[in-house]
Amino acid sequence: MAQSKLAAAQPAGCIQRAPENFLDAAQIAEVAAGRRDFLRKALLTAGSGIAVAMNASPARAEPAGDPNILELPQHSRALGQPVAARGYGQPSQWEKNLQRRESPGLTQVSAASVSFTPLQCLFGIITPNGLHFERHHAGWWDIDPSKHRFMINGLVKNPKVYTMDDLMRLPSVSRMHFIECGANTGMEWGNVAVPTVQYTHGMMSCCEFTGVPLSVLLDDCGFDRKRGKYLLAEGADGSGMTRTISMERALDDCMVAYAMNGEMLRPENGYPLRLVAPGIQGVSWVKWLRRIEVGDMPYATRDETLHYSDLMPDGTLRQYTSIQECKSVITSPSGGQTLLDKGYYNVSGLAWSGRGRIKAVDVSVDGGRNWQPARLEGPILGKCLTRFNFGWTWNGGPAVLQSRAIDETGYVQPKINQLREVRGRRSIYHNNAIQSWRVAASGEVGNVQVY
Amino acid sequence: MCRSTSVRRRLVPAGILAAAAMMVAAAHAQKTFPDIGRSATAAEIKAWDIDVRPDFTGLPAGSGSVAKGQQIWETKCESCHGVFGESNAVFTPIAGGTSAQDMQSGRVASLARPDFPQRSTLMKLSQVSTLWDYIRRAMPWNAPKSLSVDEVYAVTAYVLNLGDIVPADFVLSDGNIREVQARLPNRNGMRPYAPMWTARATGDVHNTRCMKDCPQEMAQMSALPDYARNQHGNLAEQSRHIGPSRGTDTVSPTALTASPPTVTSAHDLAQKYACNACHQADRKLVGPSYVDIAAKYRGNPGAEAMLMAKVRAGGFGVWGTAVMPPHAEIDDADLRALVRWSLSGGK
Repeated sequence: MAQSKLAAAQPAGCIQRAPENFLDAAQIAEVAAGRRDFLRKALLTAGSGIAVAMNASPARAEPAGDPNILELPQHSRALGQPVAARGYGQPSQWEKNLQRRESPGLTQVSAASVSFTPLQCLFGIITPNGLHFERHHAGWWDIDPSKHRFMINGLVKNPKVYTMDDLMRLPSVSRMHFIECGANTGMEWGNVAVPTVQYTHGMMSCCEFTGVPLSVLLDDCGFDRKRGKYLLAEGADGSGMTRTISMERALDDCMVAYAMNGEMLRPENGYPLRLVAPGIQGVSWVKWLRRIEVGDMPYATRDETLHYSDLMPDGTLRQYTSIQECKSVITSPSGGQTLLDKGYYNVSGLAWSGRGRIKAVDVSVDGGRNWQPARLEGPILGKCLTRFNFGWTWNGGPAVLQSRAIDETGYVQPKINQLREVRGRRSIYHNNAIQSWRVAASGEVGNVQVY
Repeated sequence: MCRSTSVRRRLVPAGILAAAAMMVAAAHAQKTFPDIGRSATAAEIKAWDIDVRPDFTGLPAGSGSVAKGQQIWETKCESCHGVFGESNAVFTPIAGGTSAQDMQSGRVASLARPDFPQRSTLMKLSQVSTLWDYIRRAMPWNAPKSLSVDEVYAVTAYVLNLGDIVPADFVLSDGNIREVQARLPNRNGMRPYAPMWTARATGDVHNTRCMKDCPQEMAQMSALPDYARNQHGNLAEQSRHIGPSRGTDTVSPTALTASPPTVTSAHDLAQKYACNACHQADRKLVGPSYVDIAAKYRGNPGAEAMLMAKVRAGGFGVWGTAVMPPHAEIDDADLRALVRWSLSGGK
């Protein structure tokens, strides 16, 4: 950008863009304190050639240009790193802020806990494997795939055991699906509790999964089509995670997956085998999958009775509430960020539904008073994240940004008060409310509940 | 564990089953893959098929006393769950919140109370099988699947005794576990909910796609309180350093200047919540004036959080004998606005 614009007066409180493209915390504090002349000083020290020019007329100093352009950097004048310097590539050193994080105080032991995906920093719809959210009930393991076995038993003609070799020989499919923990946004049932989209919505990721359709395996074992209405999926970890899956869902689009985003599953995500149950809450996507049993009644396992059951206002617990209903959230700008300046912003976010495809997403910048349709990016797939974008010019005044998704069933994502009217405030699970981000005059974006 | 198949398995040798599967394969060309995978042996199925269903299919024969369970508890369970299963230090409490009346009705009354502080395992438990199965497969947390069948019965009996569901001299066994099921406090408290079990269904909460001049209740707003601003660390380090925004610095003192998202003026709120019935701007009425409040707490950084808690809970003694009644009805955002306004002397 032009240097003259740098020197121009900026609205109070806005972060000033720097030509070097980043400000450290101290520099941001300088701007916030109104001491913008430090930027000019930074330029003076950054380029001695410019300093001479500026000394010539100190009152209205106009540097000849950005030193990042005028002075060729090292990477343009020397030899870079060789191929295969890293056998498995890593993100840039400048991307260190993209980390999975725990939410302080949510759990007491980190082997039975959650780490959240930094949605505020991600693009498109695919979650990088290293940033996929984690939820373990008894810690994670890196299991030797040559020793892993998968068994199908119960109401089948031929109970079978498969090795990974076996499974990877069978017909495979690759499909893109979101996975969302049933407790995603659960901390916000009562009121605002966490600051950023990482913590409000980060128990959600999206991958291209590859594996064997569960229907192929069930057929291979000759399952009882008449009586086999339910499956029990069981993990090989210490928690022996177990969840009931309906046969209808299993035959529709469930798969026994060994790959995510073109590589084998990550250990934290169930290496070498996990269940993929599209549209259903993440706890059913049993990791380190060792067994599926075909049965004729639900199993009432611990994680579908004592947990992952929804407490209603009358004190009853809703059981077997698997489907993740239609939901969306704006990821940029989002809570805990501060806008650089007034002017144009590409408001961007994610929408998804456990019942099918996203039909539309609307965006409001006035807390839900008025709405306009956002642009949906392709591909728009069933039970998969859909990215939406919306052009917005911030005039510097307070604003409240919201997004509202509509899925192919016609279901409209509800407001938090509409959810509370039916389900109260203590449900923990299945909070798919419209998310509000308040943009203050300072440019700071905060998590609020407006309806 | 599925009973009918296990019976059939005992009667039919595995080889015949495999042969039958191959015949099926011939009949339906691509339905089976007889050359991939193999039939599970009876011993393999027995080793892994450990689940116990609500109808107790899969429950192995055995027994264990409350007394034996207590011994195991004190060596293997107590460090996480507390002596009486009451601890909230590592995991949520196991016992507490149930009553003899609940055992009569099969519904735990405290689950319907919004003010009840915790939801214990025994408050929610609707099937004894769930408890037995989980202890066997997942406990103790750091050594799962290490308990013998009789030890699982014993620990289950001890947990049930913590909730006064069985007496202290009780011996739980596969023979009497159904009787215990009939005493579970929340046995009638669980409701399968089909609309969120089936993909092709409609849920229970509905919104409409209003586009223009939509109804709003803007005054009802919740935001993160300032004292929790850095609870998740410095957010400046949790966003990318390039792009249209930066992570907000939530640690340095200069960053603590963001204005609260108040929509209604604090003066209006003071009217709405009848604060002005006892407090005036510059003279003592029943309670202290806003000016006096501001003077007392000037320069005290903890005053806001402290006063918010005080207005919520009520109290007396700070300003004489007049009682400040509790105000649980004021939401966080309004309360913060009111406290700030008070600390500024009601200006």
